[in-house]
Amino acid sequence: MIRLQNIEKVYRTSTVETLALSSINLDIAKGEFLSIMGPSGCGKSTLLNIMGLLDAPSKGNINIDDQKTDHLSDKQLAAFRNKKLGFIFQSYHLINDLQVLDNVELPLLYRDSTAKERRMLATEALEKVGLANRIKHFPNQLSGGQKQRVAIARAIVGRPEIILADEPTGNLDSAMGNEILDILLQLNQKDGTTIVMVTHDENMAHKTHRLVRLFDGSQVQ
Amino acid sequence: MLKNYFKIAIAVLRRRKFFTFISLFGISFTLTILLVLTAFIDKVVGDNYPDKKRDRSLYITRLEEVGKGNMNSGELSFYFLDHYAKSLKTPVKIAVCSGFSGTNTYINNKKIAVNYKYTDAAYWDVLEYDFLEGKAFNSKQVDNAEKIAVISEDMKSEYFGDVPSVIGKYIEADNVKYRVCGVVKNVPITSYMTYSDIYLPYTVSKGNYKDKTYRGRYIGILLAQSKGDLPKMHDEYEQMVQRIPMESKDFNKMYSHADRYIAAYVDTGNEDLSGVVLVLTIISVFVFLFMLLPTLNLVNINITRIMERSSEIGVRKAFGASSKTLVYQFIVENIILTLLGGLIGLILSIIAIYIINSANLIANLDLSVNFTVLFIGLLVCLFFGLLSGVYPAWRMSKLNVVTALKAQ
Repeated sequence: MIRLQNIEKVYRTSTVETLALSSINLDIAKGEFLSIMGPSGCGKSTLLNIMGLLDAPSKGNINIDDQKTDHLSDKQLAAFRNKKLGFIFQSYHLINDLQVLDNVELPLLYRDSTAKERRMLATEALEKVGLANRIKHFPNQLSGGQKQRVAIARAIVGRPEIILADEPTGNLDSAMGNEILDILLQLNQKDGTTIVMVTHDENMAHKTHRLVRLFDGSQVQ
Repeated sequence: MLKNYFKIAIAVLRRRKFFTFISLFGISFTLTILLVLTAFIDKVVGDNYPDKKRDRSLYITRLEEVGKGNMNSGELSFYFLDHYAKSLKTPVKIAVCSGFSGTNTYINNKKIAVNYKYTDAAYWDVLEYDFLEGKAFNSKQVDNAEKIAVISEDMKSEYFGDVPSVIGKYIEADNVKYRVCGVVKNVPITSYMTYSDIYLPYTVSKGNYKDKTYRGRYIGILLAQSKGDLPKMHDEYEQMVQRIPMESKDFNKMYSHADRYIAAYVDTGNEDLSGVVLVLTIISVFVFLFMLLPTLNLVNINITRIMERSSEIGVRKAFGASSKTLVYQFIVENIILTLLGGLIGLILSIIAIYIINSANLIANLDLSVNFTVLFIGLLVCLFFGLLSGVYPAWRMSKLNVVTALKAQ
């Protein structure tokens, strides 16, 4: 599903060069739930961003669903992300000025769909995460766990094949964190969604299919 | 999609109320000034009472004589218009009238300022005044230099008070008594070619209208059979002027044109400086400068707001919004803001125009907000929205997704 070949990422300023990732080779199968772990600053989020086509590698190739992505234009990349990928962020990144339903509909705005279709899909997604009764709420009226569930609904509303989650439980207590992980596990097991999750939590990582460890930008496991 | 952008636009406006107030104030104030100015220009240029045949008329308002180190420019003499202009073949009628002059008159020891002008009989055929009483003086009365006058309705009520009819009564102007033969509907002073309080036959003028100089205080109005004859009439006059001998050895060139109304209205009297170009330039510069400050203000505020919305921009990009889509979203949001400001500006304009009309700052000039004014106002709003939104939108579209998502 996702193939990374010799991925390297270097950050350059006028005075300093930082090697964030070095020689990363990774194959992720369809339907797999992969965890990525490592100390702070080891390049986990950088790797996830490159996988999600939010950032370009300095070297190497990315293949998603048998499609090479290095030659795609900005517009093509945006369309590709919209169709194939869903994102869950540690800080949720909900739009506070929009109600829950409008937040969840967001990915569908960039597709050819009618308002009715968007509404229907967004409501379905919220039902899946157990928040159908919070449609008219604003994000600042929700708890952390509820916000993350809205973010998950937003990530799955377009039925992407791949979800990339960057420390989805990082800002939650253990009980809420477990709830979130359960939802992700269900998505993976029931819908066959490929999930790549960056986490600091060893227990959560062991519940997934595979664990990849990074250290100083390199794979160690 | 547009509904979503509208929701976001309104939410953003409500988030930072002070910035919103500053933006809306700038836009609405600018638009109020521009709308009132547009209403004024529209009235001055568009109002064609009593000049209802304007679409087939040309106006001779200036004569310029140029010599070595000499220049003489201004209105024409009665002689020039009567002798030369009236020899033209294309016009079906030619009117000659003076500009208006001021004097005082006294009634019941009360001083009244009066503006009067001289006309020939053809003037009343070329122009279509609405006579509330009586009628115009005719050519026989003009030829006989009868002391007879047409007055405006304001002049009637100011001089005679609230009386049913003043036909046959006498009005005094410049120490001469004239018998009133007609009362016409008021003309605003901005229609300077046709405005006056009292209209008199040119033959009663104290100035020597028979003087054979070229320059004087008169203008000519040429009436064509149809609109299609205007170019021919224009060219005939141009050719005729070239054949007229120089008035004196001091001059070696003479310029005079029969122009359409607007060109004649703004004529600078200088052959090298087009009045229309000058007026358009002045208006454009004024509008540009006037809009520049609020535009820059809005650009600045928009950039600040965009940086505040970095996270949202990052999320939208992550979920499939291209840079072009985001630019479009932002410009739409900005246009919503400017339209809102425009709506407030429109309301303020209506209030301002009501106050201007009530204060009667320019007599008989009733400004109004008509479709032309509204349409121009809408265009200005849209232009404003685009102008102040494009640069911030472009800046925003260049934000790196990862960097944008890191911003809180």
